[in-house]
Amino acid sequence: MLAVRVIKEQGIHVEGLNFFTGFCVEGHTHAVRAKDRERPKRNNALWVAEQLGVKLHFVDVVDEYKDVVLNPKYGYGANLNPCLDCKIFMVHKAVEWMQSRGFDFIITGEVIGQRPMSQRKNTMPLIERDAQVQHLLLRPLCAKLLPPTLPEREGWVHREGLYGFSGRSRKPQIALAKQFGFEEYSQPAGGCCFLTDPNYSRKLRDLWERRSGRSYELDDIILLKIGRHFRPAPNFKVIVAREEGEGNFLHGYRKQYISLRTLSHPGPEALIEGTVDSDALHTAARILARYSQGRNAAQVCVEVEITDGTKHELQVPPFSPQEIPKDWML
Amino acid sequence: MNRIRIDCRRLLCPLPVIRVQDRVEELPPGTLVEAVCSDPGALQDIPAWCRLNGHEVVDTVSTSDAHFVILRVINPGNQA
Repeated sequence: MLAVRVIKEQGIHVEGLNFFTGFCVEGHTHAVRAKDRERPKRNNALWVAEQLGVKLHFVDVVDEYKDVVLNPKYGYGANLNPCLDCKIFMVHKAVEWMQSRGFDFIITGEVIGQRPMSQRKNTMPLIERDAQVQHLLLRPLCAKLLPPTLPEREGWVHREGLYGFSGRSRKPQIALAKQFGFEEYSQPAGGCCFLTDPNYSRKLRDLWERRSGRSYELDDIILLKIGRHFRPAPNFKVIVAREEGEGNFLHGYRKQYISLRTLSHPGPEALIEGTVDSDALHTAARILARYSQGRNAAQVCVEVEITDGTKHELQVPPFSPQEIPKDWML
Repeated sequence: MNRIRIDCRRLLCPLPVIRVQDRVEELPPGTLVEAVCSDPGALQDIPAWCRLNGHEVVDTVSTSDAHFVILRVINPGNQA
């Protein structure tokens, strides 16, 4: 937001790019859950673009991004976050976009030292090299601490109008935001990517371990964001909605996965991922029953719907909380 | 007048916007586009994207099953 405004202050036309990887933490992912529905239902990138008065272009990189997540050249951060490879990938995609649309250079909001992996002074030249950006990547917020880029050397951008921010403190940025009159902006602590989340990363690791190889499809990584996940055995996993909004969302997958719902008592929806026999179905039904309003009943009636639409019912005793081993919960 | 429907059901933000964006780029001016969405956020996001890219939002409607955003293509080829 600040970087765009700094460059716009110099009379330069700016347009925004937003890359969709599938791992983005967005307000609407939370909007699936009824408890989060009081949050503003807006896409922050669109909101920021409107505040700044710039066009915004979304780029779907879900398929290409798989290689970044599965084979990061520079490794992962604390979880499955390949931050440096991710930055290189996105800057390279921005270069391609810039060239195809006739733009002259790229800007980012990076600040030296703000992030432990991707925003260090010694990794910045590496990003430029690997992303093949060739002196056309300008970082307006810390440019004065870096060698002049081509846009500065050519006089397209006046270096004196740029900044020299560094470090993890956001105080200079907050002061600049105030100077520009920005009263609202996204939280500066980051967390915009599920790959930085330890719980999400654990579920993604489990997904890889149970498959023949490390891979994923978009539905896989979306479902990891939804519900409680249980793995009672290597061959199947049960996803139980935490509330109505998630239940409605999981219901949409009933033609791809075996789905379960309680009939005798109000309760959530659940999906089974993997291959199951009758014992596994029984286990899944008991897990679901534990999260229904029949959790204290002797028996709960659970409807099992196969992906072809055929249905049958199971009468099961709900698991007690103590009966569900902790290592089933992902 | 041409009218097309884009099925964005079961897609979470920002995918409905991306589906609309990518389709609109190929459409001639005046085309009416109806996006059918299950994510209620699309009711804010697709109109916001239209405002940024110069397209006209004709209507937004919610039913118990889905949310509909109807827009008219104004300046094709001027977005991603």
